[in-house]
Amino acid sequence: MSDMNIVDRRSNPKGKSLTNRQRFLARARGEMKGALEEALKKRTLGESGGEKVSIPGRGISEPSFHHNRRTGRSHPVHPGNKEFVRGDKIPRPTGGEGQAGREGSPDGSGEDTFEFMLSKDEFLDMFFEDLELPDLVKKSLRETSFSWQRAGYTMTGSPSSLSVGRTMRQSMARRISLHRPKSAELEELERQLEAAREKGDEDEVKRLTLELEKKQRRSAGIPYIDPIDVRYRRFERVPRPNAEAVMFCIMDVSGSMTEAMKDLAKRFFMLLHIFLTRRYRHVEVVFIRHTSDAQEVDEETFFYSKETGGTVVSSALDLMVEIVKARYPLDRWNVYGAQASDGDNYSADSAKCAAVLGGEVLPLCQYYAYIEVGDGSGGSVSSSRNSDLWRAYDTVAPAHSHLAMRKVGGPADIFPVFHELFERKGVSHG
Amino acid sequence: MAEYDRKPPVQVPDSPNQLFTSSDWDFKLLRRIYDACREIGVDEFGLDLYPLQIEVITSEQMLDAYASVGLPLMYRHWSFGKHFAYQKTLYSKGLQGLAYEIIINSNPCIAYLMEENTSTMQTLVIAHAGIGHNHFFKNNYLFRQWTDASSILDYLAFAKRYVEMCEERHGVAAVEKLLDAAHALQAYGVDRYKHREKPNLKEEERRQAERIEHQRLAYNDLFEKTVIQRGAKTASPSEEAKREEELKKKLGLPEENLLYFFEKNAPKLEPWQRELVRIVRKISQYFYPQKQLQVMNEGCATFVHYSIMHRLWEKGLITEGNVLEFLHSHSSVVFQPGFDDPRFSGINPYALGFAMMQDIYNICTGHAKVQFRHDGERLARLAEDKEWFPDMAGNGDPWGTLRYAWANYRDESFILQYLSPRVIREFRMFVLDDDHAVSHIEVEAIHDDTGYRRVCQRLSEQYELSRREAHIEIVDAKLRGDRTLTLEHQTHDKVVLEEQNCRAVLEHAKTLWGYPVELRERDAADGAILKTY
Repeated sequence: MSDMNIVDRRSNPKGKSLTNRQRFLARARGEMKGALEEALKKRTLGESGGEKVSIPGRGISEPSFHHNRRTGRSHPVHPGNKEFVRGDKIPRPTGGEGQAGREGSPDGSGEDTFEFMLSKDEFLDMFFEDLELPDLVKKSLRETSFSWQRAGYTMTGSPSSLSVGRTMRQSMARRISLHRPKSAELEELERQLEAAREKGDEDEVKRLTLELEKKQRRSAGIPYIDPIDVRYRRFERVPRPNAEAVMFCIMDVSGSMTEAMKDLAKRFFMLLHIFLTRRYRHVEVVFIRHTSDAQEVDEETFFYSKETGGTVVSSALDLMVEIVKARYPLDRWNVYGAQASDGDNYSADSAKCAAVLGGEVLPLCQYYAYIEVGDGSGGSVSSSRNSDLWRAYDTVAPAHSHLAMRKVGGPADIFPVFHELFERKGVSHG
Repeated sequence: MAEYDRKPPVQVPDSPNQLFTSSDWDFKLLRRIYDACREIGVDEFGLDLYPLQIEVITSEQMLDAYASVGLPLMYRHWSFGKHFAYQKTLYSKGLQGLAYEIIINSNPCIAYLMEENTSTMQTLVIAHAGIGHNHFFKNNYLFRQWTDASSILDYLAFAKRYVEMCEERHGVAAVEKLLDAAHALQAYGVDRYKHREKPNLKEEERRQAERIEHQRLAYNDLFEKTVIQRGAKTASPSEEAKREEELKKKLGLPEENLLYFFEKNAPKLEPWQRELVRIVRKISQYFYPQKQLQVMNEGCATFVHYSIMHRLWEKGLITEGNVLEFLHSHSSVVFQPGFDDPRFSGINPYALGFAMMQDIYNICTGHAKVQFRHDGERLARLAEDKEWFPDMAGNGDPWGTLRYAWANYRDESFILQYLSPRVIREFRMFVLDDDHAVSHIEVEAIHDDTGYRRVCQRLSEQYELSRREAHIEIVDAKLRGDRTLTLEHQTHDKVVLEEQNCRAVLEHAKTLWGYPVELRERDAADGAILKTY
């Protein structure tokens, strides 16, 4: 039938509302950060999906005039009467929430909190905002590389960098300013001349011939493209800081570490790992786990395989020094260390640890973070009972400002500690 | 509805002219379905339709459309992103299914169908939107009067382009700020009673270009209205007052279309800002009739699809299995939870609309299709109909009666006219007298002989837009003074505005007006000022 027609719109571009979404997120940023920290406490970083966030509706509310349902007199009609008869007196529901909720506007603008899903990228973006690897550029500045970057136009250059568009623009400007006759004009004159000849109008023929010759001369005198029109794209050498870094993740996986502690440590490293792989492209990560001796392992093994044994922390530090020397020459790499442990150590080893850390590891590093995990039950680590390792490291700390030590008691502490360690200098966080 | 549905199913052998046999569909099938539905709608029910354009979209596109208030083209604004995020959460949690269709009141009428729908669902959707809504859009007096169906899409395209252009020229933040302010007042961007010239939306673009040219000459009608009158330097107080009055008259005060007033008179708005206000106002005006026709519009569409599906089945065009599939979704659409049910969120316009349409149908046909438990019940029903609807009862022309109602009423008057005791009983409606001056709520009426009229009247009031939305108008602009704008809220029964929202909206109004804005709430009955901001 003629009055109906079908259009297939399925192939139309998707994500029409993406811009709207980005704008909405930008607007809700402030509220969202608070909500994110809340959400994080409940989340294990192993889940790599998006995050459900609920935020207070303030900054994103869309106000409009509403009646206040708790004032005045109204006569609402409701369905589903079961036992009421006329004249029944019902005590007012306390707070009147029932009423208020019912009258909420259907477009969702009345809700108190607003809940929605963030995609993984959006989540991480927001999550790591304001965080930065400390002192990333310090060491490698002398070893900078260069890259070429576009920088305007020039009159000279190689044919390969000829900018046709710019050249034609110059040529056109010159032709217009010098009144070079257009080819259409010449053709028109020729046509008129032809017509005049046919008519036998001698004066007109003469006049047109003269004019045509004049224009042709002018046209020949002013070239279509002149060497002064030609433009080349100009490139500039810009130095690019060499931002190569290697991050050492060192974790105690010995028997003294309970599952809960390991879980805490794992969370810290996962956070770190996501942060690094996201923030910097040229960061290599080395995973070292140790019991009574240390091994370099891959990420999978580091996080998920089980191991038992004693604890000799210095073995890991030794291994780290070895790896740096063998693979990451300091003139090219920035070295960062992060260590997680429960603080237990083979008691004779602590002194050695301090010595290795202070004497060998710290001079290699830009930054070294030590995280001591508690029993994971959520209680804070008591500060009165410092572990062997903590005490040992504590002796080294005053001489090295780039050694950071923190204690983590429960999953809720992970993010604040992490945030504190990697906070971008000069940016306060709320 | 239960009475209708209880009709014992008749075994019909699978018929050779069945429309489809599987749930997969193609465009040819959609066309056959439409032809079959249209035949029933137009030839049997006497409906009058715009041409239809069916657009097939994916569920994601459906969500997109949702986010931009159901319109396929919309300018960009963060609030649509918020709605999208909200809808998507509901959808992905499974709390809420997607609508099976979206229909745009335009000529041709545009229906969006989701590709995920089965053949049965497509049939339902075509009958519901393509026939039911379509007829309603074309025939209801409010739509005929207020919306120019031929050009809404053109206008939206223009609005989208214009907003983008403003964003380029003046920055996203500036545009967003203005749109925020205009959105806060969008319910007050409509002409309710008087009718300015019918907007010819196609001319908007041309008109707007002209206007920019015009405004470029720094013309400001406010300037004219204020400065020109500065002739006499000393004026007596009475003359002064008279001038004020004249000025008010010139500005068209009191003015209930707040956005219109700002667009025309706000002293500090740039031309492009005025145009943005106008865009919000136009779109708001487009939706204005729909707000007053929820129950009727959905009732009409639901009853039409219900009837068409039954006729299709009677004609052997769809199978009993299809009917069951249809009934499953139909009954969830017209489900009305009670007030104490956690799912309750007010009266479901689909449920109420459908029940009322079906009731009218039954009254006209003398309940011929309804099965009663015994004859006494039928007689009681017929007597009740005779008493309440003497003109309609048993008139034998159900479709004519319905078409008349659809064309000439809006929710408020429709309920007052057609809500029958039977529907009140079925919904078990009751009225509360909720007076915050006393400590308890009293039940004012229930579904009994003494209560029907009261319920009917109160329900009708509930759909009266001027009561649902606060009635606010601009009463004074003090153009000769400090230009403080005064808004006045006429309260019904001392119901005042919710304070937090009100303050936020006034901030937005200030953005548009450029000078202080105050609001007072005046009781409509005794003129007492209840509250001022």
